[in-house]
Amino acid sequence: MTSSTQAPAVVELERPAGDEDERHDRPWIVVVWNDPINLMSYVTLVFQKLFGYSLAKATELMLQVHHEGKAVVSSGTREKAEYDVARLHAHGLWATLRQD
Amino acid sequence: MSEPPAPIERNAAGDFLVRLGPDERELLRRLAGELEELLTAEPENPSLRRLRPRAYEDDEVEREFQSLMGAELESRRLENLRWLAESAGRDRLDSEELDRWLAALNDLRLVLGTRLEVTEDQFADRFDPGAPDAYELAVYALLTWLQEAAVQAASTALPDKRD
Repeated sequence: MTSSTQAPAVVELERPAGDEDERHDRPWIVVVWNDPINLMSYVTLVFQKLFGYSLAKATELMLQVHHEGKAVVSSGTREKAEYDVARLHAHGLWATLRQD
Repeated sequence: MSEPPAPIERNAAGDFLVRLGPDERELLRRLAGELEELLTAEPENPSLRRLRPRAYEDDEVEREFQSLMGAELESRRLENLRWLAESAGRDRLDSEELDRWLAALNDLRLVLGTRLEVTEDQFADRFDPGAPDAYELAVYALLTWLQEAAVQAASTALPDKRD
C-alpha cells in the first residue's frame, strides 16, 4: 500500500531525521486482518456502519482483507485510531493500529 | 421443498421480523447463557481468544489499551448476550435491538468457530454427520445462516450512499 498524502518537505537543519516532533505528525493507521470466521457480508456491513463508507467502498475494503490478508480501513490521530480499533473489536473484527 | 422465508426480515415500518421456531429460540437462549457463564467463570479459556484481539504489537502499550478499553468492551459483550437470551422469544426487533443480536450472534460464532478450528471453506466439503464434532458444526452452520439473514436485513436499513 502506498500513501496518497505526501508529507511536505520541511527544512530542518538543527534536528536529525526521526525526531520526536516529526514522529508525532505521522498519522496512525487502523488495519483489519483476515480471519476465517467473520462473514464477508458482516465485515462489509461493519465498515459501512462504523465509517459511513458506501457499499462499494466497504466491499472493496472487505475484499482486500479477504484476498490480501489485511487492509487499512481508517487513519488519523492516535486517539481516533484507538477509538476505531475499540469499535471494530466491539464488532468482533480483528483490528490493530500503528503509526504510519 | 420450497424455500422457507428469511428468518429475519425488515418490514415496511422499519422493524425487523424474527421467524424462528421454539427449538431454535431455545438454542439461542442456551448458547448465549453458556457463553455468558464461560466469560464470567473462565475468562482465560482459549476458545475466547478471538473475542479480545490485540490492538498493539508492543506488550506494554497493549496492556495500557486493555486497561482503558477492555472492561467496557467486556461489559457490553455480556449485556448483548443477556439481551439475546432475554429477547430470543421475540417476533419483532427495532434496529438497535437487531444490532445487539448481531454482536451477540457474532460472538457466539467467534467462540464456536475458534473451538472447532473452522476454515474459510469449512462447508465446501461434505458435512460428515458421523464426525465427533458434527453437532457443534451443525449449530455453527445454523448461527451462520441466522447471522447472514440478520446482516442482509440490517443492510437494507442503511442509507443508500454513493462514493
